[in-house]
Amino acid sequence: MAHSRDLSRPRQAGSPVAARDTVLGHQGLRLEEDLLFELDSPGLSGVDLPNVPAVEARLGGLERRSEIGLPGLSEPEIVRHYTRLSQKNYAIDMGTYPLGSCTMKHNPRLNEKVVRLPGFAGLHPLQPVETAQGALELIDATAQWLKTLTGMPAIAMSPAAGAHGELCGMMAIRAALDARDGGETPRRRVLVPESAHGTNPATAAACGFTVDPIPANDDGRVDVAAFAAKLGDDVAAVMLTNPNTCGLFEPDMIEIARLIHQADGYFYCDGANFNAIVGRVRPGDLGIDCMHINLHKTFSTPHGGGGPGAGPVVLSEALAPFAPRPWIVHDGDGFALVENDADTGDATPIGRLKGFHGQMGMFVRAFAYMLSHGKDGLSQVSGDAVLNANYVMARLQDVMTPSFEGPCMHECLFDDRFLDGSGVTTLDFSKAMIDEGYHPMTMYFPLVVHGAMLIEPTETESKRGLDDFIAVMRRLAESARAGEQARFTGAPEFTPRRRLDETMAARKPVLRWFPAAETAEAAE
Amino acid sequence: MSELKYTEDHEWISLDGDIGTVGITDYAQEQLGDVVFVELPDVGKTLAKGEEAAVIESVKAAAEIYAPVDGEVTEVNAALNDDPSLVNTDAQGKGWFIKLRIGDTGATDGLMDDNAYAAFIDGLN
Repeated sequence: MAHSRDLSRPRQAGSPVAARDTVLGHQGLRLEEDLLFELDSPGLSGVDLPNVPAVEARLGGLERRSEIGLPGLSEPEIVRHYTRLSQKNYAIDMGTYPLGSCTMKHNPRLNEKVVRLPGFAGLHPLQPVETAQGALELIDATAQWLKTLTGMPAIAMSPAAGAHGELCGMMAIRAALDARDGGETPRRRVLVPESAHGTNPATAAACGFTVDPIPANDDGRVDVAAFAAKLGDDVAAVMLTNPNTCGLFEPDMIEIARLIHQADGYFYCDGANFNAIVGRVRPGDLGIDCMHINLHKTFSTPHGGGGPGAGPVVLSEALAPFAPRPWIVHDGDGFALVENDADTGDATPIGRLKGFHGQMGMFVRAFAYMLSHGKDGLSQVSGDAVLNANYVMARLQDVMTPSFEGPCMHECLFDDRFLDGSGVTTLDFSKAMIDEGYHPMTMYFPLVVHGAMLIEPTETESKRGLDDFIAVMRRLAESARAGEQARFTGAPEFTPRRRLDETMAARKPVLRWFPAAETAEAAE
Repeated sequence: MSELKYTEDHEWISLDGDIGTVGITDYAQEQLGDVVFVELPDVGKTLAKGEEAAVIESVKAAAEIYAPVDGEVTEVNAALNDDPSLVNTDAQGKGWFIKLRIGDTGATDGLMDDNAYAAFIDGLN
């Protein structure tokens, strides 16, 4: 039985839809905010510093000649400015964030507590290794967990995000092929399914490969026969996301691995959707050669939790010798870093992909997340994530149009067939969700279906939260089909700004602010 | 100019002697939505049939435009750099992308005509 809200309690219903103009543009306590440069009071500053005594110029004529033009503001003005801006933001800490393929899960406060421990927060990447043994041990232990969870023998910890991890993996594949072919490999073609993350073909192209798309079959999976037909002497690798971006598990992984290896190519798996299978499937058992893991998805801190992401890459025995520097070694004396080519022994690393040692803050958070969940907790994470997505799909499938028959994995994909003839587009529908208090799902992606709506609730949402979301989506779908077009095409109505002109923003972007005087000059 | 011929990737081509003008169909622009950017090839570039000729970016997606036949680029529609919305307002006219010099003018024979393309789109919907 679906949870229902007590709607008799006084709510905002009854408040005017079209708010009155106010003197300063504020609406209730929702405040309009000027730019810092518009708030400028020349000379104001948050600190009281003595005048700098005159010094002999030693810059050889390279001194600054004009004013920098930074605005003058007091500390309370600055604090209020950024606090007001933060209140205009929508965040995972405020509500449901069903952005498909982004795994917008709750970021546990325990992670944040641990990462702020002085021993972690105060680390400097250049401090002597003997004084950072705990940090190195944490990186090493995180690496062990990731290798165990993926069933892979080696790992590169330094890549800074998912696409950076793809770059690492594809560079390792290219290096392995060059080494095997005794020079620049003639293998130039990379096979990428149509349902891949957009970064996959981009990465392959950036590494000097040409991209050859593999069509999907009618049930949204890789067409294995079409894939096999594309194999040949010039194929370097296949890049495949599992579960794929239609939220579907690719059941033919083992066969795909066998075929690509038979053709002497490598198997890159995009691990962006690892949250759907963590603790249940070890991708290494499926025959892959490398996979990046978005620590900032599967292991909390979605979208970097306000900071950077992290995209460690697990590697097979064949690719392990090409892993980028640095890596951690340990013996009886403790942990050390292999940083220079002179120390890499038989390995032939592709080089260094990132300054220092990777995203330390993300390693700490991911490790805290893994330890606090444990093996059983992580498999419950993937189970609950899949259950939630299927619950949403099951309860919406009579009013919306699922693109593929379920069950799905961690996300459910709808297309816009249910809007046919309503005059409402996927974009309009998404904007109407904002009026109802929801961040829209991922839209118009993946491209394999028309007007895609990709919903990933994650395991974070309670049943109550899911039921509220479902109630809103059902009401909107019914409203669109009942011909109430205006509430969609005019949405959002209740936000500080109405619908933005996305086309104009892309065609004629305004990339910087000019003082009013300069704007007037420019107009003349 | 000859009648328009169409590919399954929604390009059109129209021949004037050995020069073929290439663009995307009205159906394609409608599917893409507001076009915000077009990347055109260099004049003089030789393209094989099916090779990427241009890139088009809309508010919804980015897509490649493929050469419908073999040819050499003799002219590009520079107006699209300043006003990519021409693709939306006049896809099969002012919104053209490139002109190709074509060795084998019979190469367009295998492409769809108006009726065949209309039936092809019907099959997609």
